[in-house]
Order: sequence, then C-alpha cells, then structure tokens
Amino acid sequence: MCFQQKMIHSLFLINCSGDIFLEKHWKSVVSQSVCDYFFEAQEKAIDVENVPPVISTPHHYLISIYRDKIFFVSVIQTEVPPLFVIEFLHRVADTFQDYFGECSETAIKDNVVIVYELLEEMLDNGFPLATESNILKELIKPPTILRSVVNSITGSSNVGDTLPTGQLSNIPWRRAGVKYTNNEAYFDVIEEIDAIIDKSGSTVFAEIQGVIDSCIKLSGMPDLSLSFMNPRLLDDVSFHPCIRFKRWESERVLSFIPPDGNFRLISYRVSSQNLVAIPVYVKHMISFKENTSSGRFDVTIGPKQNMGKTVEGVVMTVHMPKAVLNMNLTATQGSYTFDPVTKVLTWDVGKITPQKLPNLKGMVNLQSGAPKPEENPSLNIQFKIQQLAISGLKVNRLDMYGEKYKPFKGVKYITKAGKFQVRT
Amino acid sequence: MGIFLPLVWFRHDDLKEMLDSNKDSLKLEAMKRIVAMIARGKNASDLFPAVVKNVACKNIEVKKLVYVYLVRYAEEQQDLALLSISTFQRGLKDPNQLIRASALRVLSSIRVPIIVPIMMLAIKEAASDMSPYVRKTAAHAIPKLYSLDSDQKDQLIEVIEKLLADKTTLVAGSVVMAFEEVCPERIDLIHKNYRKLCNLLIDVEEWGQVVIINMLTRYARTQFLSPNQNESLLEENTEKAFYGSEEEDAKDAKAEAAVLAKCKPYVMDPDHRLLLRNTKPLLQSRNAAVVMAVAQLYFHLAPKAEVGVIAKALVRLLRSHSEVQYVVLQNVATMSIKRRGMFEPYLKSFYIRSTDPTQIKILKLEVLTNLANETNISTILREFQTYIRSMDKDFVAATIQAIGRCATNIGKVRDTCLNGLVQLLSNRDELVVAESVVVIKKLLQMQPAQHSEIIKHMAKLTDNIQVPMARASILWLIGEYCEHVPKIAPDVLRKMAKSFTNEEDIVKLQVINLAAKLYLTNSKQSKLLTQYVLNLAKYDQNYDIRDRARFIRQLIVPTEKSGALNKYAKKLFLAQKPAPILESSFKDRDHFQLGSLSHLLNAKAVGYQELPDWPDEAPDPSVRNVEVPEWTKCTSREKRKEKVEKPFYSDSEGESGPTESADSEPESGSEENGSSSSSGSSSSGTEEEEEEEEEDSGEQSEDKEEEEEVEKRPKRKDKEGSHKAVLGSAGSPSEEEEEEERAKKAKKKAPQGRKGRVETSSEASTSESSSSGSDSGSEAEAKQRKPPSSKASPKEISLLDLDDFTPSPVQPIPSSSIISTSLVTDLEGLTLTDSSLTPTLLSPAFSAVKTYELLHRMAGEGLAVEYCFSRRPFPGDPHMVAVQIQISNNTDTEVKNLRVNEPKPLSGMRIQEFPEIEHLAPGDTATVVMGIDFCDSTQAANFQLCTHTRQFYVSIQPPVGELMAPVFMSENEFKKEQGKLMGMSEITEKLTLPEKCQSDHTIVQQLTSAANVGRVPCGASNEYRFAAKTVTSGSLVLITLERREGSTAQLTINSEKMVIGTMLVKDIIQALAQ
Repeated sequence: MCFQQKMIHSLFLINCSGDIFLEKHWKSVVSQSVCDYFFEAQEKAIDVENVPPVISTPHHYLISIYRDKIFFVSVIQTEVPPLFVIEFLHRVADTFQDYFGECSETAIKDNVVIVYELLEEMLDNGFPLATESNILKELIKPPTILRSVVNSITGSSNVGDTLPTGQLSNIPWRRAGVKYTNNEAYFDVIEEIDAIIDKSGSTVFAEIQGVIDSCIKLSGMPDLSLSFMNPRLLDDVSFHPCIRFKRWESERVLSFIPPDGNFRLISYRVSSQNLVAIPVYVKHMISFKENTSSGRFDVTIGPKQNMGKTVEGVVMTVHMPKAVLNMNLTATQGSYTFDPVTKVLTWDVGKITPQKLPNLKGMVNLQSGAPKPEENPSLNIQFKIQQLAISGLKVNRLDMYGEKYKPFKGVKYITKAGKFQVRT
Repeated sequence: MGIFLPLVWFRHDDLKEMLDSNKDSLKLEAMKRIVAMIARGKNASDLFPAVVKNVACKNIEVKKLVYVYLVRYAEEQQDLALLSISTFQRGLKDPNQLIRASALRVLSSIRVPIIVPIMMLAIKEAASDMSPYVRKTAAHAIPKLYSLDSDQKDQLIEVIEKLLADKTTLVAGSVVMAFEEVCPERIDLIHKNYRKLCNLLIDVEEWGQVVIINMLTRYARTQFLSPNQNESLLEENTEKAFYGSEEEDAKDAKAEAAVLAKCKPYVMDPDHRLLLRNTKPLLQSRNAAVVMAVAQLYFHLAPKAEVGVIAKALVRLLRSHSEVQYVVLQNVATMSIKRRGMFEPYLKSFYIRSTDPTQIKILKLEVLTNLANETNISTILREFQTYIRSMDKDFVAATIQAIGRCATNIGKVRDTCLNGLVQLLSNRDELVVAESVVVIKKLLQMQPAQHSEIIKHMAKLTDNIQVPMARASILWLIGEYCEHVPKIAPDVLRKMAKSFTNEEDIVKLQVINLAAKLYLTNSKQSKLLTQYVLNLAKYDQNYDIRDRARFIRQLIVPTEKSGALNKYAKKLFLAQKPAPILESSFKDRDHFQLGSLSHLLNAKAVGYQELPDWPDEAPDPSVRNVEVPEWTKCTSREKRKEKVEKPFYSDSEGESGPTESADSEPESGSEENGSSSSSGSSSSGTEEEEEEEEEDSGEQSEDKEEEEEVEKRPKRKDKEGSHKAVLGSAGSPSEEEEEEERAKKAKKKAPQGRKGRVETSSEASTSESSSSGSDSGSEAEAKQRKPPSSKASPKEISLLDLDDFTPSPVQPIPSSSIISTSLVTDLEGLTLTDSSLTPTLLSPAFSAVKTYELLHRMAGEGLAVEYCFSRRPFPGDPHMVAVQIQISNNTDTEVKNLRVNEPKPLSGMRIQEFPEIEHLAPGDTATVVMGIDFCDSTQAANFQLCTHTRQFYVSIQPPVGELMAPVFMSENEFKKEQGKLMGMSEITEKLTLPEKCQSDHTIVQQLTSAANVGRVPCGASNEYRFAAKTVTSGSLVLITLERREGSTAQLTINSEKMVIGTMLVKDIIQALAQ
C-alpha cells in the first residue's frame, strides 16, 4: 500500500524484561521486529525513565510511554502531534486502571479480551473514537467477580446489549438514566507542595498545585455549581470538559453537569505571588571523610507553619552516592531501610510530634579506596496534612439544579508534599 | 517445532469444533481464546473459515469478537472475507443507528480491494444519514477507503465537502481528520466552514480539537496577513518596552497593543481575531495535546504581544507525565529562543530536581540557558553551581556547556564563568574536567588576547592537575596562543620535557604539538627543548607518539631532504582555527510547526505539511461569508458593557477630528476595539448598532460622517486610478504613503462634511443604496458598510425601513458574540448536536427592532421616551421580557431622579424596574433596560415614570411576537413536537404573498421581525419553519409557512396557547402583506 496513514497504527505492550505480551493493530499488521529499535534505545538509556518517548526508525516512528512497569509502544507512520499520541496512551492506561483496578501485566493478561474490546472502541482507524470512561463502561462492562461467575455459568457476555446513549447525547461524558438510592457528591480538594529547599534551609522554589477530585453519585441529570470563598487564589486552572468555561470566566463559579462516578474536576495552580507556607523543616548534617572511608549522617525533621494540624505520613527517601556500601543508623521514631543495590535509603517516620522531633543518625560505610563522594544527596520528603488546604482555598457552597432530591454533599481537604526536595 | 506443531494443530481442531457448535457459550469461549492468540501475536489465520461463518451470530459479544478477527485477517483471506460482506450490507440498513455505524466501521476496515465500490456507496449513504454518529463513522471511513484505493479521491472529496458543512460537533473533528488525510491541499473547502469551525471548536471532543486547530493554523497562514509584519519597523525604538510588556500582565500588553495599533496601519482580519479568541479558552483543557495545539497556534499566528498567554498553560503541563514534559520542554526550548520574555516569569519552574530523568534535566537546562539575561544570570549561575555537584555526570557535563553558553551570550559574566570553569578543572571527575577544558578552550578561542591571564593561570595549573585530558587541553591552549604568553610557554615546555616520560600518551602528543609550535614561533628559546622532546618521543613505547615525532621533525626542522612542505609548516600549525559556535540546538527549529513530530525530531517526518509563510497580500476575505446565517449567536452582558464604552470611543474620535484615525476607522476600528466595531461594521444588522444610533443623535451624525468618508473614498480612489483592494492592504508599505495622502485630504474635507451633516444625510443614503445595488467595485467595501437604517433623520420614530435594504454579503457571527458570558450561549453550543432532547432558548439571530413611543416629546414636556424589545434574555429573570427604554431630555434643564413609580400590574404581571437615573443633562439620552413578565398576554403594563418634578402615566403593550423567545430544534424534533400539537392547538390560515415578499430572504426577514422566533432547518425548499417558546410559561410556538403555487401560501401555527396563536397569525399575515 503506497498510501501512508496518520495516527496510531499499532500498539505493543512490553514488560520490563522485554517481552511483548500484547499487540493490537488498527491497520495492516506491523511485525514485532519493529520493537527491536525500541529495545536498542532502552539498552542505551540504562534507566527506564530515560528511554526517549519518540524514536525514529527507518519506516516508522515509535512513540512510547512508561506506566506501571509497562511500556506502551505505539507505531506511527506519518507526522502526528507527539503529544496527541502520548496523551492518548496515558488515557488507555487510565482506562485499564479504571477497569481492572490496576494497570499491570497480570491484569491485562487476565482480561485480554476486554482489553482488546476496549482498544477496538477507543480507536477507529487509529483515530480516537470513544475515550470517555462513561461511554466505554456502557459499551463494555467492567469485570466483577460476580459477573464473571455468572457469565461462566450462563454464557452471557460482558458486552452491553443496550447501546450507549452517551456518545449520542450532547453531554458525552454522562450517560442517561443514572439512578442511586443515596445521592451523594463528594469533593476532595488535594493540594501538593512542590518545593526545592536549599542547603541553608531557604526556599529556592515553592509552588502549590491542587486538584479537585470528585466522586459524584447523583441520579438523573443534575446541574451543579460549585463556588469558592476565594476563587481569585486560583491562578491557572485546567478543566474537565464538563465545566462551562464562560461561567467561570465571568463569575468564577464552576458550573457543570458531572460525569457519573469518580473524575478529576479541575486542577489548578495557586498564583506564584503568594508565599507558600512550608509545613516542615529539615536539619541535616551529612559528611563523608576521605581517609577512613566512612561518613556521618544526621537528619532531623520538624514541623513548621502547619496551622495547628499534625503532619503525618512522613517518609524520607534519599538516593545515596554509589560509593556508599552500608549505613548503620538509629531512628528515634519510625523505621528505616537501606537498599545496598539501588543505594536508596527510606525512612518511614509517620507522624511528627513537636515535643519529640524524629531524628535519624549514624555512620555511613564507604567503599574502601574509592574517592569520597563530592556531592551530598538530596532528601525527598513526603508528608500529608489532613483537613487543610495549604493555599487557604475554601469551597463556599454547592448548589444543584435540574433535580428535585436533596443530595448529600461533602468536601474534604488534604495537603501533601509533591515534588518536595531538600538539597544538602 | 516438530513436537509443537501437531499440538497446535490439534488445539485448533478443538476450537473449530467449538465454533461449529450450536451453543453461544462455546462459541464465545472459542472466540475469546482466538482473540487471546491474536493479542499475543500468534497466527490464527487457519481458523478463518470456521470463524467467518459466525459473522451473522445473534450473540453480540461473539459478533464483536468475530469482527475483531475479521478485520485482522481479511486481508490475508480475501476470497473468504467476501462471504461476510452481505451481513454488513444488511447492517447498513438497520433501523438502529449504532448497528449502522458499526457495520460501516467493520466494512470499511476490511482491506479488500474488491469491495471498494461497495464501501464508496456505503460511505456516501452514511454521510447523509440522519444520525450524526453514523455520519461521524462515515468521516472515519473516508481515509480508510482512500488508503485502499486512491483513485476514489475525487468522489471522497465530494463526501468530505458535504460533511464539512455538517453543523454537529460530533462530526467536525472526524471530518477535518479525513480532510487532512485525503486532501489537505484543498484549502478552498474550508472557507465556507471556517467561522463555523471556529465557533464549534470549544464543544468538539478533545481529539477533534487538536486536529481542527492544527488545520486552522495552516489555513490562517494562507489567508491572513502577518500580525507582526511591522515588527522590524518598530523594533528599534520599542524593543525595550516590548519585553517589559510581555513580562507584565495581559492588561499592559493590551495597552501596549493599542498603542502599537495606532502607529501601524496593520489591521487584523476579524476572522483571524475570531480564531485567536475562540482557541484561547482551550488553553485550559485537561488534555495536554489540546493545550499544545493552541500554544503552537498562538506562537505561529498571534501578534507578538499576545503570545505570552500560552506560557502559563505550557508551564502547567510540566507537572504532567514525564513523556509530556519531554515534548513540552522541547517546544518551550524553541519558543524561548524567539520569545524569551514570555517564559521569564516562570524561570523557577524550570529548576531541576535531582529526581528528574536525565533527558528532562538536559531540556530544562536548555530552557534555563535560553532564558538567561543580564538581570537573572546571577540566580541562574547560582542554580548551575548546585547542578555541577550532581551525581548524574551527563547532566554535569551539560551544565558546564550551559555555563559556557551563558558566558558567550552575556559579556558581563564571562569572567565569572571562566573563573568558575577554571576551578572545575580540579574536579576529580574526568568528564567534568574534560568538559570544562573544552568549554574554556571555546571561550578563550573567541577572544584570546583578553584572556592571556587565564591562559597563564591554566599554565600554572599544570603543576597540580593530574587528569590527563585536562593537561592535554591546557597544553593545546598554550601552544595555540603561545604568542600571548611568550614567556611562560617555553617554561611550560621545559617542565613538561622533564616529566615527559611519566605522562599519559594523550599528554605526550600535546607536548610534541606544543614543542612544534614553539619551535616555529620562538625557535631561539625552544630549539633545544624541542629536539630533546622529539628525541624522547622517538624512543617512546607508543608507536603513535613515535610516528608523530617523526612526522613533526620532518615538517619543522629544515633539512635538505625535507620537501616543499617545510615552508608551509607555520601555516599548517598556526592556522587560524575558527572559534566554535556555542548556540542552542533549538535555534531555528521553529521553521517546523511547533508541537509536530517533525519539530521534535528536527527532521521532516513523512507526511509533514509545511507551515506556509504569510501571504504578502491578503486573499479575499469575503470567501468566508456564508449566505444563510442561521445559527448566529447573540450576546448578552459583555455586549452591553461595550455599548457603554462605544459612544465614548466614537465621540473622542469625533473630537479629534477626522485625522488619519477617523479615516481609517472602518478598517482599523476592528483591531482596536475588537468586537464592538467589527460587529458594527459587519452589515448583519446587529441590533446593538441600530439601538446605538437611535440613542444619541450626536453620535449618529458622527457615524454618518464616517459613512460618508467610506463612501467617498472608493470614488476618490477611482479618480486616483489606484486598483488596489481597499481592505487589509493597509499594512503593505507601498500603500502607506497613499494612506497618508488620503488622510490629509480627509482632513481638508472634514469641516465641510461637518457642516453639511443634515443635508447630506439623505443624499448619503441614496448614494449608499444605489451603490450597493450597482456593483460598487470592491466587495470588501460593501461588507464594511453599515446598514442604511442610520440614514433616517433623527426625528423619525421608525428608524428602520427594511424594504430598501439590499442584502450585502453577510457576516453571520458578529465577533463580539463569541466572548459572551451567558449561560444561554453556553448551552446553545452544547445543543448543536441535533439530537438534543430539550429545546433550548436561543437569542434571536438577527432581526429588525421596532421602536415604540412611550411618552411623546410634547406630552412629556420635553422628555421623550421610546421603548423597544431588545429580544435578549432579561438577565435577572428568564421569565421576563426585556424592554429597552430610551429616554432623551429635550428640555434645557437637567432632569433628575428619573425612575419608575407605582407599577400597577394586572394579576400575575411583574415588573422589574430599571435603576434610578440620577440626572440627565439637557440634550442627553439614556438607555435602560427593564424586565416585564407579561404572563404571556398582550395586556399592557401600566406604571408611572417619575422625574424630580413630574409624573407621567405610561403603559407598555407588547406585540404578541415579543412574548416569546426563539428555540433551536432540529427538523425531527420540530415534527415530533408538531405532532403533539394538533387539533385544537393548530391554527391554519391561507394568505397571498405580495410581490416584493417573494424571496426567501424577505420572508424570513419579515417573519422574524414580526415575532421573536428562531428558524428551524427544513428539507423542503418551499417551506419555512420557526420555533419559539413563550417567555413566561415556556410553551412551544411552532410556525410553518408553506408556499403554494402562484403567490399563495399557507401559514400554520401550533401552540397550546390558542390566543397567542390566533394573534400571531394576524400579526404575521400583516407583516408579510406589507
């Protein structure tokens, strides 16, 4: 065939050991050998993260993503916006996650027929067709234990025999005829602090990124509007397609007919002019000595500006230099592990109580003879603060129009560490 | 293999048996196993006959899996695949739209050339299917067929053309995709659909948006003029201010843009503006591909000052998956070279974390380097210092190169950088040292004279630095620039000669090089040393070094045997070596369309469509005009706001006299005041325009004057014998002079024009209509002309006489409507798919507005009050009719505290008063809006109008046609609803259409002016359908006008409200008879 086609030609799923465990072609078949170019690039990259997402081969282009220890490698023949493909592949992985609870090799292998049916619906001739989870779930029912038992006895199918309405309605993200006995709408305001703290403890860069994840179980066609006490805080917002953009522009109100179930309503960035309150501080003393091939390690974590809430779920991970052989540490709180192969030190601290600050202290054994590491590793901190949105964002009210019943409404706030890094 | 083969064979037998059985469960099981085999890439083709038999199976899941199998193997087993075709052909006729769609999908996916004619037929049929979903599938099938048989191209283009005209959002993305694959060169197909695509865009599904935006980028590049064409002209004096504006907020940018717009004659095509405005909200999409598509559109199409808006969205994408980051950073890197200011505020977002993958780190570094300038370099260098200590050595090497680039670009920090790099020479890591030396070498090569100090310093380092690569590099430097360090060089050679035997090979080679160079420049001091070194080298263990020594000796030491090369030795060794250029690898990558695969690979990918350069002359913009603007959106708040601003704007213009700005107003106005004036100048007759002119007599005459200018200009031009098109050409430099000349002339004419305002008004109107009737030469001019309504003298009450309104090319969408904020328009967008279940209220398309008198000038003692029905939804209450009241004070004293008092509504009627007008200066006019709920009756609403001195009893009686609001519905819905409203609810009347009311246009015009209704598409050409809803109760009013033979016609109205129906019939007949 002399004519080149656009968009996605084929998809290969490859696991970490390099086995192609699933292939799907939307057009004529492309031989598995095309993946050799990918393996080549993978070898060169050493680290999985460094495999270039776009690889050019003599006849094809390979665009790949790495998700949950699986490479999704798509084969492209002609010019196409790379982000288009990447975004789509992530959407595929999200769908698997949504259907099977996890996006793993075993889950995919166990449900290979459903996977195939999904892929068939998601792309037509390599162009995305139905990617909304609501529509897909009407077309192909997700597997449940009960259904699989019933199916095996009765021989019935998990393909919906009623044809989906969503695709045809003007609200493609919501199916018609949703019914619940308990009508509930929950919103989780989740904020993550991205920060880089330098050696002296001052903030090099800090920013708050937030999302509102929703779980909406409402009957019929509810029309919701969610307003904030302080919407001006939101500097840069990206929306689920259901949100009426103009309403937001004019009134700063989120007005939408929600999809059914779990979805991400918005993600936002808090304007960078606002100073970000950093909830924890870290005192550290890490040093390596040249002649004794040993070093000292001493880290203390303490709470700071946490607005009276406890900082919990604190975990510190450190990628130690290659020369480190072993670490003998004592933790005043929580437990630590050191993996001598990957050189990763993980310290699970738990909750921080201001009375007794958690501390991890001890000796570092270095490879004898090797030169001392010049650089100190940076510390990655994770933490969680319940019932607090660090930016101060507050939901004002949620109104529902279009339906008569009274829904149960709930809002939860949580602050987490995002990419929170302390340089030492 | 020998063992496995029979086993596989056996298993397949087993599957065949299952497929042949009667039980669906067995068949399903077999199909599942087969699909699993396909998924693993195993060959299952020998099962084809057994599988294909089940294509007609009743069980949906079995059927689906058979389809999967069929699509996979049909190409290999063409003869057998043909057996299944009839099943799909039957499916194409199924009453269920989803079955029709899926049949078409599978049929078109079977790559068997024999069925091409069948596919063609199926696609053609599906393209005119009732269901938009099936039409979408048809659009998907087009590229499939094209790839199978390219000879079908012409026929497929016809189908594409048809589908492009489709108004549903569902189809738009898919058909543009088909267009891009089959006939991207047929840009002419887009013209008529351009505005529709722009307006539908926000409601199209995400993937379609990407495709449409990319296509429109290319389209815009061929159809509009570059918004930055005067860049070079302005650059010299405004460059500084320019960067400043980009750094700050959009507000400043806007102000800046306005300033710029004044001094340059470039005018943006309203369609160009439309595209930019309608894509901007999509920057907020959750889909990274959409955001990137908009970003590249802005980068390639927007005026320089507006590009900045995309930075924020792109920075947001950096939080996404690492693959997304990778692509985005590549594009940011390219953009940041050309428009550095854009990303400067987000500098810190590009700071690198130790956990970033190396490829991301290196890209971020690239961006940071591009962003570096004199003000932020110290912060960036401090950041780089941290990076140098990273464990990731590839990254460290990249950082050193980045420092080198900063040093070359920013003179101020060159020395600091050099010093920093020199310190790095003592690093233990060879890679770091090597990289530093290389970078230092590059830096020194640029200005060796100024840096003899550093060369000296490096010479000293030879004592300490042990890394051979670094030593070698230093020696090379000293050798190369030995003239700058004449005293040190021989000494270094002396030291090196001493330790020669202990050096690494690479160093030894450079020692020989150094010796040779010194011998040539300073043979007196170094002759013996050189010979010593060469002798040592002669007996070295390494043959490479021995060879080199022999070679150099022959070359530099003059002997009898040494040949001709000897005299060129100096030229050979001390030739000027070009300084390496340290520049970004992303430089000039922007000749590829950003966001494309080709850009990412920096090589042209197969099928890449070049982004064309801007044309020098804008092609005719009228090609985008559409004849029947059915789905015109109207506005609400936003527009109202502008209305307040507008008089001010045009007033000030009048004050400043018709200088250049006045002269070019009809053209440049659209740029400066974007929406308002462009909608004003489009002749679609938006109400705003008319109302405004009613409002203020002073302003009106200003307008008239402008009109005159417009009118006279082409004539003048003709005299001058210029044949250039008027519109859009203002930007080209050749025309600038002419423009100026014209401006001067206009200045001279101005006073005259002002005096003769009143007299000329009628004359202007006649000339206007005659010129529009006759071919006035330039179409563009005609388009810009305002409706003649404004020509009537200000004393007349009825300002609108539609009869002499000659339809000129219509611009269907007043651009101001696009940013309308109301929910109504929002919903309207959503219901463009014609399967909408509930009819939605629509703002009126465009229609004439009649004004009624509320208080005569005489009765009101100088206070004249008029009202009209603006046909906009009343903002406070959807059940109210908006009444626009215009009060003019013709007394010579100020009128104060103008308000509504004691409304005496009949039962159920409600009045929402307008806010009190504090004072109204003599000769002034104020316009206010009040809402009245008439309860769907034509009873008058009575109230008092009070001033600080007087009270007037007034009443507003609505014509029945104003008690409703238009509704958008499809033909099917219309029929369905009509079916429900038969019998008592139906009123039929026969009428005769007068001669002048025969054309489609006038009928629609007259009808929509009589009643506030929306047009419903109709298949039959002799039928007109309209739909509306009463404002209070929301009951449907359906109007059908059927033209019979001759000039007779039948009018049918279906409505629950019989009274309204009867009255409406009368009103409509009266309107049509006029």
